[in-house]
Formats: sequence, structure tokens, C-alpha cells
Amino acid sequence: MELVNTLKSNLGERLPRWMVLSLITALAFFLAIGPAATALADEVGEDYDFKISGNVKNEGEPLQGVVITVEGDGYSAEVVSGADGKWKVGVPERAIYTVTLDQNTLPEGIAVLEGGDTQQVEIGPGGSVVKNFFIGEGERQTTSILDQFTARLIYGLNFGLMLALASIGLSLVYGTTGISNFAHAELVTFGALVAMVFGVILEWPMWVAIILAVAASAGIGWVQDAGLWAPLRRRGLGLVQLMIVSIGLSLAVRYIFQFAVGGGTMQLPGSGAAKIPLFGAVALSTIDLASMAISIVVIVAFGIWLTFSRIGKATRAISDNASLAAASGIDVDRVIRIVWILASMLAGLAGILWAYFRPGIKWDMGEKILLLMFAAVVLGGLGTAFGALIGAIIVGVLVETSAMVIPSDLKYVGALSLLIIILLVRPQGLLGKKERIG
Amino acid sequence: MDWGSILSNTAQSLFSPATMAFALAALGLAVHFGFAGLLNMGIAGFMAVGAYGYAISILTFGFPWWGAALVGIGASIILAILMGVPTLRLRGDYLAIVTIAGAEILRLLFLTTANQEITGSADGLFGYHASFRAANPFPEGTYGFGPWTYNEVEFWVLILGLILLGLAVLFVWRLINSPWGRVIKGIREDEDAVRALGKNVFSYKMQALIIGGVIAAIGGIVYALPSAVNPNVYVTSLTFFVWTALLLGGAATVFGPLLGAVIFWVLQAFLSNVLPALVSSGIMPFVSSAQAATLRFVLVGVGLVLLVVFRPQGILGDKREMTFVK
Repeated sequence: MELVNTLKSNLGERLPRWMVLSLITALAFFLAIGPAATALADEVGEDYDFKISGNVKNEGEPLQGVVITVEGDGYSAEVVSGADGKWKVGVPERAIYTVTLDQNTLPEGIAVLEGGDTQQVEIGPGGSVVKNFFIGEGERQTTSILDQFTARLIYGLNFGLMLALASIGLSLVYGTTGISNFAHAELVTFGALVAMVFGVILEWPMWVAIILAVAASAGIGWVQDAGLWAPLRRRGLGLVQLMIVSIGLSLAVRYIFQFAVGGGTMQLPGSGAAKIPLFGAVALSTIDLASMAISIVVIVAFGIWLTFSRIGKATRAISDNASLAAASGIDVDRVIRIVWILASMLAGLAGILWAYFRPGIKWDMGEKILLLMFAAVVLGGLGTAFGALIGAIIVGVLVETSAMVIPSDLKYVGALSLLIIILLVRPQGLLGKKERIG
Repeated sequence: MDWGSILSNTAQSLFSPATMAFALAALGLAVHFGFAGLLNMGIAGFMAVGAYGYAISILTFGFPWWGAALVGIGASIILAILMGVPTLRLRGDYLAIVTIAGAEILRLLFLTTANQEITGSADGLFGYHASFRAANPFPEGTYGFGPWTYNEVEFWVLILGLILLGLAVLFVWRLINSPWGRVIKGIREDEDAVRALGKNVFSYKMQALIIGGVIAAIGGIVYALPSAVNPNVYVTSLTFFVWTALLLGGAATVFGPLLGAVIFWVLQAFLSNVLPALVSSGIMPFVSSAQAATLRFVLVGVGLVLLVVFRPQGILGDKREMTFVK
């Protein structure tokens, strides 16, 4: 009980009790038996080069203790304004960040008057940006919990659909070849990078760039199988060896990306577009809507292909039992080649959507969601395409909605914990067959 | 090109804390993977709990350094049990995915601003050296010769690290050549056969996971001893680098991890010195020195692929001991 109390006082009741599970229990034990109350600092991330700062004032009076959250580019931090009303957050990248002022921490009767409590900022040429909210007496435009939840649900769905595009390929490759492909993350990054080369550097229209990026991804899929995985299959490498090969490949390719584009973040045209309020607290940009539409169309088309076409049926047959499929006359190598090509195309497309969702293109952007992809695939059932779809949507929604109750920089923890819990209670995943686990 | 300083920096890395930490972590991983066949992809998590356990105990609770080190080790035992209970009954690649996720959860919990007061969030932890330095038996002065010249603090870290490494190697060597070691290797070769002999396979695997985890945590502590603890160190790439060192030396050997870690860091130090030098002397045109620095990680990846395909047993290993090859 004492442990739970210290935990609560330390984490400011942001961690709900159900999170106090397995790993977290132990961690709480090590982390939480600290000094009584923990106050957040008015300056965090001092080590980072880029700064976002601001000053919370109401009619010249500084407001202390206002909670500000900075989020973007896979990074997130929370600060509390100091006695002089000032706050400062160091951020790792020259990118677009979302700054949220928690209106519940403002004094009674005071509200954000213009632009809403969530606003976007872009780091200026000097490496820093000032974000001040226009605060004054007024009706607080608070969003109800339900509205917030709906908004998070929609964002989560968007994220989940994008994740599904990436995960389906990972799952199919696992199903047909048995490889847990860690280099799948680099296929995601590759799609975004090619789109950037055509869309930003050559300034071609974005739709052309996307088509070219997906085509290039298909090419990489073919090259990857023809040049690496097929010879390794013929060599008869074990599954663990193949997994470690994929890890080595992932490292090599990721650093080649860094070699080519550097460590910074770049934006695709139209990224960070204005959000259009739709209903309730839901506001989506046209790019968000397009992204969801593209995901749904591609996933449905792919589902139809997998269910009804000859090759699709063959793919599922190989996933079920490769030797039996080979014995019944299916050209396993050819189907696997096609699976690699399709998986790469889906991953490349997902990479472009991920670049818009984060927003930003970076050399290791794919790796940031690799474990979420694995979580989606394991949750749905390793080797099943439709399982990966369901798993990805659950993971996406969970990541976004869990940020309502846990600190937003811990939002991936929920999905990763789910990965461990699902292996405890249903290791074959939602749609998997029991015999898959040895 | 200043070959003198390049070679001297390279020679220094032979006995750097990073090399010793990697050797310990790789030795722990050898117990996990090489001998027990457990595909642990969360070795960075074990190093992290060692390092954070050590630093937090000193900074938050005011423990003496040796007490803090014991806390780090205790934390790794708990982590091993937590990771083992759900996963040791699962097949290899599941264990890999869960351990990698577990290590990432840990890193995020160390990184979150919610725990800023205790873990230092993105800034990490530093300034916990007083107790360790006060215990230094060596008087002030310089020790060693040539590139291996140290002040008394560095020398104390070096000696302690070498003693710990020596003890760990001796311990693992005795352990592997004991009846316990034979059971563990038996589990790696054929779990069902060992189970048929009446052994509790789960319990043996758990013991192996704990022992390897403790050794890796000691590695994490040695890493933290001289400098600072930073969450950006304990990323999945660290796990992959330790794997590379292990597979390079030989996974199912006692001295392989040691050799692998030394080669890994000596090569890293050499490349990180020589590549920028090549750029600045104009031998590598069209490449910036920042780009040159990333090349060595590309080489790590390519090296890992070649190693696993062409010599999975590593430098010292015996191919018959590599069940994972087939």
C-alpha cells in the first residue's frame, strides 16, 4: 500500500492503477521511492540544441504552475511555468511541434482566448521559437472528456491504418518465410526518403512522387529478395540466423540513410497543414483525411487480392504450410518474391503517410515504429495479414487514447505492455492458430 | 594524417570502460544465448537497470557506491524474473520480440519527464561519483605508460573493471564446465530430451537468464562508473552492438565475448579516428566528417550480416556448438 501511495504522489496520479503491472511494478519500486512530492521543472531537455519557450501571463501578471506539453517528431516533454511565468523546452530537431497548454491548470475564470489550447510551432532559423498563448478572462472552451476521447480515437484510427499498411507486409513475410524482419523499418523510411527526393528536392508534384516512391519500394523489395533472402534460403540458414541477418541489414541501411540525408528532420510539402474542425473536438487536415482514405482503399484492395486471387490464395497456403503448398504445385520461391515486393510497397507507402503523421522525415523514422509494428503483428497473430490489420488498429487507437491518462511521452509503453500481456494470455494472437507457437 | 594520435587513441580503447562494459554484457549474453539458447534481445535493458540502479541509489537514497552497485544487480535479477516468467515458455523469436519490447519500455520509463526528479529524463544522471572516488585506494598521481596513462580515478575504474571482468569470466568458465552447465547446454540442444531426464527446464532457463542478466548489469555499472548515465545510450542499437561483439568472438565460448568486445571497440575507435582524418586530408572527397563517422556503423551492420552468414560460430567458436545455425 505504501508503494502505491508513493507511486501516486510521485507520478501525480497520471498513471492509473491498471498500469501498475509486471515491469512497471518493479520500476515503480526503483523509481518511485523518492523524495515526497515531485514538481516538474520549468525547463526540460536542456541538452537539446533547439528551444521552444514562452511566458504565461494574464494582463501582465505571470502565472505559475501552468502545464505545457510539447509534442512532435516522436518526442514529447512536459513543463510547468515557473514563478516568473516562463517555461522552456529543449527539443531534438528543427521540426514542427505541437504545444498544448493545459487549461485546467489555469486559475479560475482564465482561458486561452485565441487559437485554442493546442497550437503548432516551427523552430525558427535561430534554432528557437517563442510560443505565447493569448490568455485572458473569458469562457473556457473546454472539451469534454468524451469529445477528447472521440478526437483521440480518430487520430488513433488514422495512426492505426498507417501502421496496418506497414505491419501487413511484416506479417506476410513472417508467414511465408519465417523471418522476423527487423529491416522492415528501413523499408518504411525508404518510401518516405524517395518521396522526399522527388517531391522536395526535384519539386515534382506530390502524387507523382508518391507513385515513384512506391514503385521504387517495389524495386527494393525485388532486389532484397533476389539479392539477399533467396540466396540465403538456398543456403539453408536457420531462422535465428535470418533474424540476425535482418538486424545487421537494418543497422547498415539505417546508417546509410543517415550518411545520405544527415541527422536532421525534413518536411514533405503540405505537411503541418491547417487542421479543419469537423465535429466535436475532432480537427483533421486534408492530408489526414487523404491519408486515411489511401490506407483504407489500399488495405481493402490488398484484402481482396489476398482472398480471391490465385497468388493471394497461394500466399496464404504457404503461410499455413510451406511444404504442403510446394507439394501441391505452388511455386514457393515465386510467391515469396511477390510477397517481398508487396510488403516493401506497402511499407514504403506507410512511410510516406508516417512522414505526414509525425510530421517529418528522418533517417531513423521507421525504427521508431518498428516495435509498434511487431506489437500489431503479434497481437493479431504472427503470419496472418488480417490479424495484422486488426492488431495495428488496436495498437494505434491504444497509443493515442492512452495518452489521455498517462504522460504523452509514455504513450508507446501501453502498446508495448499489451504486446507482452497478449503473449502471456494468448500467445497465438487474436487470429492466429494455436499450433504456431512451439 | 596524424597516425600517432590515431594509433594512440585506438590503443587506449583496448582498456576503456566501454570495452570492459561490452565484454561483461556480451559475457552475460553468452550465458543467455550461447549456452542456454535464449534469444535475449533486451540486453540493453539489463545494462540500463544496472546503471540506473547504481546512479539512483546514490543520488536519491545516498547509498555508498558498493551498496548502490548491489541495488543495480538486484534490479537486474528482478528484471530477469519479470521478463522470464511470461516468455521462457515461448519459442525463440517470441522471446526476442518480448525482450526487445521490455528493454524499450524500461528506456521510455527512464526517459519520461514524469520521472524527471529521479531519472533525470533526457539529461540522464551524473555527479554520483563522490563515494566511489572516496573509496579509491590509489593515491593521487599518474599510472601506466604510453597511450595507457591514467590519473588515479581512471586507474581505479580500470583496475576494478578488470577485476570484475576476470571474476565474471572465471565464474562463467567454472559454471559452464559444471553439471549445471551441461544441463543448460542440453536445453539449448534439445529441450524435450532434458525434460525427459526429469530436469525442470523452465527453472534452469530462468537461472541462466538471471545469471546472464546480473553479469550484463555489472557491465552497465562499469559503464556508469566513470561518467554519466544517459537514456540515449540504452537504445536497441546497443543491444545489437553487444550481439555483434558476441557473435564476432564466438557465442558459445567463454573468452569469445571478451575477444569480440575488444575487437569491436578497437575497430570502432580506429575507424572513428581514421575516417574523419581521411576526410580532412582530402583522401575521401565528397564526404563530410559527420558522414564519415556514420560509415563505421554501416560497417558494423554489414559485418554482422557477413558474420552470421559465413562464420556464425565466431572467431573462437565450434560450429557443432551452434544449434541456432540449423
